[in-house]
Parts: sequence; structure tokens; C-alpha cells
Amino acid sequence: MTVVHSAPRFASNEGVKAALATALGDMLVEAHEEHGEILLTVKRERIEDALRLLRDEHQYQQLMEIAGVDYPQRAERFEVVYMLLSVTKNHRVMLKVTASEKTPVPTVTTLWPNAGWLEREVFDLYGVLFEGNTDLRRILTDYGFEGHPFRKDFPLTGYIELRYSEEEKRVVYEPVDLPQDLRRFDFMSPWEGANYVLPGDEKAETPPVDEVKTTDKKSETGAGEKTNDKAAEKVAPAERSSGTVAGQGDANPAPVDTGEDEPDAPEPTENRPNRKPRKETARDTSGATEPDENGED
Amino acid sequence: MGGLVQESSPTTEGEVISNYTINFGPQHPAAHGVLRMVMELDGEIIERIDPHVGLLHRGTEKLIEYKTYLQALPYFDRLDYCSPLCQEHSYVLAIEKLLNLEVPIRAQYLRVLFAELTRISNHMLNIGSHVMDVGAMTPNLWVFELREDCMNFFERASGARMHSAWFRPGGVHQDVPLKLLTDIGDWVDTRLPELFGDAMSLVMDNRIFKQRNVDIAVVSKEDALRWGFSGPLIRAAGIPWDLRKSQPYDVYDRMDFEIPVGTNSDCYDRFMVRVKEVYESAKIIKQCLAEMPEGPIASDDGKVSPPRRGEMKQSMEALIHHFKLYTEGFHVPAGEVYVATESPKGEFGVYLVSDGSNKPYRCKIRPTAFSHLQAMDFMSKGHMLPDATAILGAIDVVFGECDR
Repeated sequence: MTVVHSAPRFASNEGVKAALATALGDMLVEAHEEHGEILLTVKRERIEDALRLLRDEHQYQQLMEIAGVDYPQRAERFEVVYMLLSVTKNHRVMLKVTASEKTPVPTVTTLWPNAGWLEREVFDLYGVLFEGNTDLRRILTDYGFEGHPFRKDFPLTGYIELRYSEEEKRVVYEPVDLPQDLRRFDFMSPWEGANYVLPGDEKAETPPVDEVKTTDKKSETGAGEKTNDKAAEKVAPAERSSGTVAGQGDANPAPVDTGEDEPDAPEPTENRPNRKPRKETARDTSGATEPDENGED
Repeated sequence: MGGLVQESSPTTEGEVISNYTINFGPQHPAAHGVLRMVMELDGEIIERIDPHVGLLHRGTEKLIEYKTYLQALPYFDRLDYCSPLCQEHSYVLAIEKLLNLEVPIRAQYLRVLFAELTRISNHMLNIGSHVMDVGAMTPNLWVFELREDCMNFFERASGARMHSAWFRPGGVHQDVPLKLLTDIGDWVDTRLPELFGDAMSLVMDNRIFKQRNVDIAVVSKEDALRWGFSGPLIRAAGIPWDLRKSQPYDVYDRMDFEIPVGTNSDCYDRFMVRVKEVYESAKIIKQCLAEMPEGPIASDDGKVSPPRRGEMKQSMEALIHHFKLYTEGFHVPAGEVYVATESPKGEFGVYLVSDGSNKPYRCKIRPTAFSHLQAMDFMSKGHMLPDATAILGAIDVVFGECDR
């Protein structure tokens, strides 16, 4: 595929994947190249060795980023992605390991000091543990926060909300109370396989039927001689009108005589029987706009 | 009433003076936002700094997962609110890389032009506030006028001063009027060099400014690489690394500009690198204005970029495209890319994971400030407390981006 986009163009990927795959040897699980990016999946226990090899022998001097990704349907649900940059070879490569909540990833703070905060961030947001990181505190979330908010099963609204309380003169934490439902607009077409229950279909369990009604044969469609005759009946005398409206037929369709009297106009409101008086609970607001008796306002 | 009282020095008599800890921020004008630094001081010497970030964490990356690709774009303006268009640049390039989408040449020029205007506007803020952090008032007021000019240009191009949302996958949102381009040209030729030169003449050779910045927070080349530095900080350390040059995107490969490099790797060098970069950006802007061709400003792929308004009134297909783009949005092929561009503060990267649907599966943002701020501890060690503001000013940190 020819590259026509104008995204950053670093040194050629030609042969790099094979070279790095050979160098990583048995540490490598999978090597992948797509969209101009080289992705190397390595064994979790060996990530430190793999990164050290790339840093020392293959000139990837800088660790630019560590990203966590959550795939809840997988057995090891998290991916930790390391972005490496070589300023001498002008090349980028990504390394990946998989992890679960219980399997810690070896820290790389031994190789790059800036891995400390990057690992803290992945721990904070996903709950991936980094073995050997001596300072694995939360970093982005609030002091005393519970849970790992970037997991896919963590709701977007969170569980706790905070506001300034005028009574207590401090910020108070409360469970989230949404005055309006969080709406998710999904414009995926149901015909293209939206994998969720359409709104209104929640109760529509398919009832058990002995014989499924289908219209495979012509006799089952309901069409036939009788239907055709009925359709051919003239319902309104054709009377040419002034013109046609696109998609709606005649602009002034002829009136159809149904043989019934037209309904009368409704009776005037005054003739209706008196309604029951409204309940007394409604507040009388007549005085609301009047000034106060003592002249203050 | 008696004779003289013998004064005893507080450091004698076996008194033990212990270090004490102070909070720098989160509400401190030199903290450039909401940064809390727990500082351990020995007298006025900094022993240890523990920066606490995340006070401005808004969960941008999580929110993006719930938006279509186009709806997620304005979040990038709100990350580093001092250089909005440069953040959008990374994001739209990441989408275009996944789609392998061709961008018309005029759109590429417009993007480069406005990215460089953004760089100038960002450096105006940083240079001004850095100078003010170490005690000078006037230059800040002058360079803020230039920043205001940039804002007016953004407003004339996109309708918004700061949160433009003007870069779009496939190009830019709207074409610019010719008068805007000529006005930018005049501004770059006259007002910018005059006012900026005046302001910098007050600072660059100023004795007090040098005393506050020279030899403060010296970082070696090796350390700059190890700590993941990028942007003006790595260039001040003497490494001529600029993504616009080494990994060109859009039409940067057609531009002729220099990479300013520092020699001493201190706060003064970082400041001077930014000052020089402003002039280099002005050079790029002039080239863009001179070379920019006429032509379309957005991709003609109706599945990604919306039709023109007039076209929509005439063509049924265009109307359908418009409706689909603004409801469902476009689908991006499955895959993952990491795209980093040279934002004014350093390498701003977007790691975009697509599952083939109309929403990003994961959008990790690589903020520039994260690595730099992390090095705050090792850069400040042994310096005096007032140096911390100079170091922080020379890092150029904005918390909208750092905390996301």
C-alpha cells in the first residue's frame, strides 16, 4: 500500500522488524508491522531485558511513553505498551506486554528514570502492578481515590462526586447522583450488526412458536387473485386536479363520498358542565409580586 | 537593667536543626497552574522535591473513548491551552495515518502556517511568564500584545480565539481569506520583530536575569536522553533534535529553518532556544505565505471530510455524507499508531488504538510536561528555593496537558 498520508516520516522500517525479532530471540512472542508501526510483543517477565537490549545494542535511547490499554474480554486483560525512540537512527518502535490484575510487570525504572511516573500512571488508571517500582503511588487521581478509572468496566461518570457545601464550608464527597441519565448516542446501524439490545426491545423475548411464520412461498405472502381484485377497485373518481406534488400524488385529491354525515363542530366551551374545582394545594401566588407590607423588598 | 546580654547563635549549643518541608502550590502564581510541590528544604537549599500532579485531571482520554473521532478533536485544544493547534496536529495526523488519507497541499501549508503561529503564541506566554517569575514585569506585557495578535489571527481563521478545532482529519475546517494571509505577512515582517526585539533587548543581556538563570539546573546530554526530554529542553542540552526536521510531517520537509541549540544546558539556554525559535517560526511562516498554492483545503474523500455547504444543497450524495459524518462519524480501520509531533513544549504524542468502529478504542496522550516535571527533583537538588521558579518557568509546563 502506498503511503499518501502526511504523518511524521521517520527512518525506513525496512528489515527492522526482522532484525529486532532475531535480536530478541526467545523473549519475543510476536512481531507485527502495520500502518507503518513496528509492534513487538515480548514475554512479560523479560520486558526489562528486552528493553535493555534495545537501549544498549540497538540505539533506542529514549523511552517516550508507557501506555496501558484494557481489553476486558481477554484472559490477561491489560496491555502495557512502551514507545521507544532512537535519536541516532531516527526511528520509533513499540514494545508490548500483557498483564492481568494479579501478574506484576517488571519495572524499567532501572533503565530509564522517567519510567517511574509513567508506570505510576498505568498503575493509577489501570491497576497494573510494577514489580520493583519503589514509589508506586497514585499520580493523576484524587488523594484517597479508589478504583482504576480507565478500565473499560469503570463507568464514565465514576462513583463519587464532590461539591462545595455552603453549610459545612468545605468540599464534600457524595455518591454520584445524575439528575439526567447519561446518554450514549450510538449511531451504529443495527443492520451492520450492533451488538446490543435496541432501545424498546429489552422485554421482547422471542415467544416460543410451534410454526415460524415465513413468506418463503408465494402462497404464504397473502397475495393472490382476491388481493389483486381488491387492489384494482376504484376508491375515488379520478378528477384531474391542478397539479401534482412530488411523491404525494395529486395536489388536490378528489373528495371521497363515504356516505356518512360529516361530524359537527365541537360544542362551545361555555356549554360544558362545570369542572370540579382545582385542589387547594396549589400555591396562591397572587401576592408574590406585591410589595411587602412594611415597604421593604 | 543590667549589662549586655550574651547573644547565643542559633547554630551552637548543640541545637539540631532539622530540614523542614513546605508546600509550593497548589495555589502559587509561579506554579503555572495547579502544581503542588512538596519541598524539603535545608535552610534555603532544596534537598528534595516531590511534585504532586493530577489536580487538573479531567479524564480526557476516558472521555475520548466515548466520542466519535471528530467529537474528540476539541478536547485537544483544551489540553495545552497555550498551543491548541499543535495538539490537534498530532491527533489529526494519527487518524490520517490509520486511514492512510491524503491531505491537499494547501491544507498542509495552512496547518504548518498555523502550527508555527501557535508556536509563537505559546513562546510569547512562556517567555513572558518566565521573565516575570524571575522579577521583570515589562517584557511580559509587551509580548502579551503579540500573543493577542496571534489570538486575533486564530479568530479570523476559525472563529475562536483559543479553542479553534480548526485542523480536521483530511485538512482544515475552512479556508482563510486572502486578507488574513497578507495581514499575517505584514505582522511577521514588521510588528513581531520590532516588539519582540524590543522586549528581548531588555532581558537577554540583563544582569539580574542572567544571575537568576545562568548555570541553574544544568542537565547533561546523557541525562536529557535518560529522562525523556524533548523540545527546547533537549535542544538546550546540545542535541539538535527537532521532529519537524528529523521526522517531517505535512510540508515541514519543504521548509528551510535552523534548529537552535544550547551550549550550557541551563535555564538561560532553554530561554534563549525559545527566543531563537520564535525567529525560526517567523521564517517558516514567511515561506508558507510565499509558497502556498491555491486549491482545496480538505480531502475530497466524502467518507471522511464533510461536503461544502453549497454542495450539500445540490447533491443528495453530499447530503447523505453530511448526515452520516455528523451522526455516526467515520470509521477508522483497526490498528494502532503512535504519532508524535513537535509541539512548542516538546514531543506531543498520540497513541491511537482503533477497533474499526467510529470511536477510538484507546487514545493515550503523551504530554510533554510529564517527563520534564518528573526531572524537577533531580534538576533542583542543591539549588536555592527561588531557583525553583526559574527552573519551572524554563520547563514550560501547562497543567491542562500534564494532568489531562
